[in-house]
Amino acid sequence: MPAPIRLRELIRTIRTARTQAEEREMIQKECAAIRSSFREEDNTYRCRNVAKLLYMHMLGYPAHFGQLECLKLIASQKFTDKRIGYLGAMLLLDERQDVHLLMTNCIKNDLNHSTQYVQGLALCTLGCMGSSEMCRDLAGEVEKLLKTSNSYLRKKAALCAVHVIRKVPELMEMFLPATKNLLNEKNHGVLHTSVVLLTEMCERSPDMLSHFRKLVPQLVRILKNLIMSGYSPEHDVSGISDPFLQVRILRLLRILGRNDDDSSEAMNDILAQVATNTETSKNVGNAILYETVLTIMDIKSESGLRVLAINILGRFLLNNDKNIRYVALTSLLKTVQTDHNAVQRHRSTIVDCLKDLDVSIKRRAMELSFALVNGNNIRGMMKELLYFLDSCEPEFKADCASGIFLAAEKYAPSKRWHIDTIMRVLTTAGSYVRDDAVPNLIQLITNSMEMHAYTVQKLYKAILGDYSQQPLVQVASWCMGEYGDLLISGQCEEEEPVQVTEEEVLDILESVLISNMSASVTRGYALTAIMKLSTRFTCTVNRIKKVVSIYGSSIDVELQQRAVEYNALFKKYDHMRSALLERMPVMEKVTTNGPTEIVQTNGETEPAVLETKPPPSGLQPTSQANDLLDLLGGNDITPVIPTAPTSKPASAGGELLDLLGDLNLTGIPSITAYSKNGLKIEFTFERSNTNPSVTVITIQASNSTELDMTDFVFQAAVPKTFQLQLLSPSSSSIPAFNTGTITQVIKVLNPQKQQLRMRIKLTYNHKGSAMQDLAEVNNFPPQSWQ
Amino acid sequence: MRMISQHCFLVSKTPNICLLQWTNQIRFILIQNRAGKTRLAKWYMQFDDDEKQKLIEEVHAVVTVRDAKHTNFVEFRNFKIIYRRYAGLYFCICVDVNDNNLAYLEAIHNFVEVLNEYFHNVCELDLVFNFYKVYTVVDEMFLAGEIRETSQTKVLKQLLMLQSLE
Repeated sequence: MPAPIRLRELIRTIRTARTQAEEREMIQKECAAIRSSFREEDNTYRCRNVAKLLYMHMLGYPAHFGQLECLKLIASQKFTDKRIGYLGAMLLLDERQDVHLLMTNCIKNDLNHSTQYVQGLALCTLGCMGSSEMCRDLAGEVEKLLKTSNSYLRKKAALCAVHVIRKVPELMEMFLPATKNLLNEKNHGVLHTSVVLLTEMCERSPDMLSHFRKLVPQLVRILKNLIMSGYSPEHDVSGISDPFLQVRILRLLRILGRNDDDSSEAMNDILAQVATNTETSKNVGNAILYETVLTIMDIKSESGLRVLAINILGRFLLNNDKNIRYVALTSLLKTVQTDHNAVQRHRSTIVDCLKDLDVSIKRRAMELSFALVNGNNIRGMMKELLYFLDSCEPEFKADCASGIFLAAEKYAPSKRWHIDTIMRVLTTAGSYVRDDAVPNLIQLITNSMEMHAYTVQKLYKAILGDYSQQPLVQVASWCMGEYGDLLISGQCEEEEPVQVTEEEVLDILESVLISNMSASVTRGYALTAIMKLSTRFTCTVNRIKKVVSIYGSSIDVELQQRAVEYNALFKKYDHMRSALLERMPVMEKVTTNGPTEIVQTNGETEPAVLETKPPPSGLQPTSQANDLLDLLGGNDITPVIPTAPTSKPASAGGELLDLLGDLNLTGIPSITAYSKNGLKIEFTFERSNTNPSVTVITIQASNSTELDMTDFVFQAAVPKTFQLQLLSPSSSSIPAFNTGTITQVIKVLNPQKQQLRMRIKLTYNHKGSAMQDLAEVNNFPPQSWQ
Repeated sequence: MRMISQHCFLVSKTPNICLLQWTNQIRFILIQNRAGKTRLAKWYMQFDDDEKQKLIEEVHAVVTVRDAKHTNFVEFRNFKIIYRRYAGLYFCICVDVNDNNLAYLEAIHNFVEVLNEYFHNVCELDLVFNFYKVYTVVDEMFLAGEIRETSQTKVLKQLLMLQSLE
């Protein structure tokens, strides 16, 4: 059997292949040769064969038959064999094959080998792909190596320990004694890996975290030495000594200082020093500054330091390097809620970033701009945002349009400005606007009575030339149908009135109906609008009758139905027509499941006291809601996300008093919704005077057992036709022996006056175990929903 | 069990990848050329073979369409890729979304400088013919998904010692 070809030869040969098929052929041939060579148990060439196999694996071909050979190589005494063997193990083996357990013994022997390079290889492999079983067996060896005096091995052992802890967190205790002297190292490499080990331990376990807090002064000292000391050629990167170590130490400081006043105070000075002394001309310096900013933001730093941090971010925004701008925008987005005023100062720079070339920078600048809009800067900001909407990529237009609508709604200085802005959005990005914008806009228009003439005029002019943007056309048709009489009467206070005749209005509505570009929904709008005009216009009623009767035989079922009904209106029910097609009343804003209690002032006035402890039910609302949805199974149920905290944790009495203002305390009987295992929940009802579809349910949860129930969370789900709003509960624990209750208020909106049904989910801790229960409440009294 | 898979669904389609969410470490290091051929693939997390192949293809697709106008960071599934292009090769490191982008950018550059020194003006062919040596360099500088040694002189010294053992 001739000697197998060398690795270089193989690579060269494969590279000469011109097609995929040729390459595959060569590889198959070589694989066959390698397989027969393996069968011969040839020790001398095994290493070469496995190396070739690994190369072919890298190209994407299967190489599993080499797994056992790798193990044989690892067991060999030659260093070159071991090296390829371990490499093969790392590439070909993983946790899922039981074969890898065979390596454990080899690795154990190698960890105690006399040559440090072999020990290094073993540590490396264990650190990269060690499974939990392997880690459990070998943790002791790793711990021993962590204490050796050989710095080459200590570095590897430290990171291997990190991997072990990640796989088997229970073993963390084992490494604790070895960490005592880790920070006393002079060797940067060992220091670096030790800091990583400490970081990992602190992140995993709060006990370790408190234990290691006492290291803060030492870390501060090390950092100081790094900055102050002169040029050190070994770890220097562009004039800064060991930036990687600095960054890691800063991150560890961040974890140690979080939520702890003393540690944070000890760090203040050094953070300020790093922030001011680091050179910012190269990326390295900026990397350190960035980590510093993240640390300052996370710990309990004093306000001067925070302002310094935000100024650094502001400086980043002016940097030529787009990476840095991106990083600055991302961080500013995270801090804008907490340090709003400081971020406002950089508003103009942020707005400039809207014109950047990179898509991700533009997106972040847009989100940040929306977060910064407030009553003072709305006009200027809106100008920039509208310009951005004009020129941005299509993927942004929907989000930008929604953002503009929200901002306009909150801060519009005048109704005319609001309507103008919305018109501008509809004309520039009309096809990207979300579906719910149309009803919202219509509702807004009905509410501003004095602007009706102006609005309908503007809308008419807007669609005169071009009626392809569906949302715009829908709104315009609706308005023309409602306010057509104002349009032709030529009254408009806000701007120069246009002279429009009835015929012209009908022309345009008919062209919308006929056009290919109109969606079915739009056509429906247009037809209804034409019909409404029959009561508002005087000369063209016959034309309208003709149009309506044509569509009585339209293929579109929706249009046909409308046309037939309108026809009937003309023929049989003409006396009712004017009453039916009257002006629409002002529409009420539909309540939604939003956190309506928090007033978002965006930095205008002093923010109200928002310092409360978060409600127990506020954690991870989406996953809980999905969970509830899943458990309830039906498609007709909407889950409820409990609202965020109010500004004062109201007592039970206080909440009720707040509601008594517009409530009708009729004698609606209360019900026991749930009673099991000592937990009883009662519902009491109130109906609102101002809005008959709103029912307010107050739940009272009491506990008749002899132990308290803690971490009590109440969740509810209702059928889709209802809307639910859960306010925050009075507390999260129910004392035993009925000595106290938890009160929580639920508001139910029931516009269709359907029978109220509810499914509830209760979770709480009782007698040391977590309890959970689901129930359906069906015994609502009729007065609560009729 | 149901809760976990629900959570998974919100995050990604493959169950394995979601479990690895809350670790702040390097997930993998890739060196690819413009045509999509992998010159080095070092994985620090468990993936199936077909998952690995899919990841490699996705990274290639995402990274090669970007040019000098774009930043060096891409959001990818629920991680982040930090990449840098040197001649015809893309060096990509996949990290957690909360990691410091700029620091890893420096790490890539550090790594490339070591390769350059070790292979004396490295070019793509060097990486092809000596792929097992490239893995050794990676293992000297990164371990268990963290940066291990940052001093170029030290790394080069170690590499030369290892080479003498051959």
